[in-house]
Amino acid sequence: MENNHVHPTIQKIINLTNQNPANCYQCGKCSAGCPVRDYFDDSPNRVIRFIQLGLYDRALKSKAIWLCAGCQTCSSRCPQNFEPAKFMDALREIASEEGIAPSDKNVKKFHKAFLNQIKNNGRSFELGLIRDYKLATGKLFQDIDAAPTAILKGKIGFTPHKIKDTKKIKSIIDKAVKGKTK
Amino acid sequence: MKFGYYPGCSLSGTAKEFDLSLKEVLKYLDTDLLEINDWCCCGASSAHSASHLLSVALPARNLILAKEQGMKEIVAPCAACFNRLKVAQHELQNDEHIRINTEELLDTKYSDGINVLNLISLFQQIGLEKIKSNAKVDFSKLNVACYYGCLLVRPHDILKFDDPENPTTMEEVVKATGAKPVDWNFKVECCGAAHSIAHTEIVENLSMKILDDAINYKANVIVVACPMCHSNLDMRQKNIIKHNPGRNKIPILYLSQLIGLSLGLDHKKLGLDLHFIDTAPLIASLSENEVAV
Repeated sequence: MENNHVHPTIQKIINLTNQNPANCYQCGKCSAGCPVRDYFDDSPNRVIRFIQLGLYDRALKSKAIWLCAGCQTCSSRCPQNFEPAKFMDALREIASEEGIAPSDKNVKKFHKAFLNQIKNNGRSFELGLIRDYKLATGKLFQDIDAAPTAILKGKIGFTPHKIKDTKKIKSIIDKAVKGKTK
Repeated sequence: MKFGYYPGCSLSGTAKEFDLSLKEVLKYLDTDLLEINDWCCCGASSAHSASHLLSVALPARNLILAKEQGMKEIVAPCAACFNRLKVAQHELQNDEHIRINTEELLDTKYSDGINVLNLISLFQQIGLEKIKSNAKVDFSKLNVACYYGCLLVRPHDILKFDDPENPTTMEEVVKATGAKPVDWNFKVECCGAAHSIAHTEIVENLSMKILDDAINYKANVIVVACPMCHSNLDMRQKNIIKHNPGRNKIPILYLSQLIGLSLGLDHKKLGLDLHFIDTAPLIASLSENEVAV
């Protein structure tokens, strides 16, 4: 789907999602049913509108793209069969690729800490995830009240479950992400 | 019966009671699980937030391993893993570009042929009659809110499982145990999912609405099939009540735990002591044949 008349950002969105934002006719159904819309700066259909109008920077700097919970309520209800959730994924990826500072730093730090566990162990390691996230955000005392119960019940292990092929997983993540999680 | 098993990361950590109870119940129902050797994380929310290719490649590696190990059907009890495996499978089948890039990244050819089951479709395959005929505990006064969350039913075009707005398959499983599913409004609303750590306040608010609605419709327990939903509704519940006083507690059980209870299996072996919201009052009331509200 290469087209010379299409802006590179739109082309990237099309490549990543197999859908064109121009198909959205701005009915607003995505925003009406979005469970996290109250926490967004821009509603989902507004972010799509930014892209339609060529205001790429506004869209890529929006908090909404980071606060989208990926619940896919919007995607399942869109009368145009457009998938705003996929579109939000694409904008996060493009924003990281273009080095645009995320408007919500915590979400990005969480994802980075999560992917780090997979890189090191092949699987998620909850204690490592919490440790890395706390160190990255400085929120050292968050959830300190829940921790003792979780540890006492053996729900949080002290050692990661490492897989055999961690080297391969690390290279998959490094190649696929190419520094995007910085 | 025998199935391949993709437990996913949560089931060996914060959701270990999900793994314990599922294995206990399946043992009782003469069903074997064979774990995929050397499986890796499916990438969950974080992979698709960073790279579309990565969100397909990690599940693809697991699907390839399952096939190499001779499996035809695998069970992914975690709703998020189920979702990521199915979405990746769909993209690999329908998008040549992503398939070629994935194969290059993994340095392996992908070929299709694995049927991925979620927790509910697993019990449908085993047969609800088998649960019904083995139910030992009287659940006739137990009101259950079946909570599906997002990832079991959306995106419907890919998952093709149940109805995305008003699913009812979990209710059928719950009815087989003898309990009464309640009719309520929040069965497919989002709990806030992976924002649990980065935006706890969002998760508390979204989860509070789910808990409130279940209690409003006289549920004694909420039953789930997703570790993320469980941790948001169970672990976060204490602070939800602290920050929004005047609310009652409600225990959150995995569907496999509810089935195990109905089969009369050992409570400890079902991991019923591993929750943040105490399940003991609910269990005690079952034996008194009178359910606590």
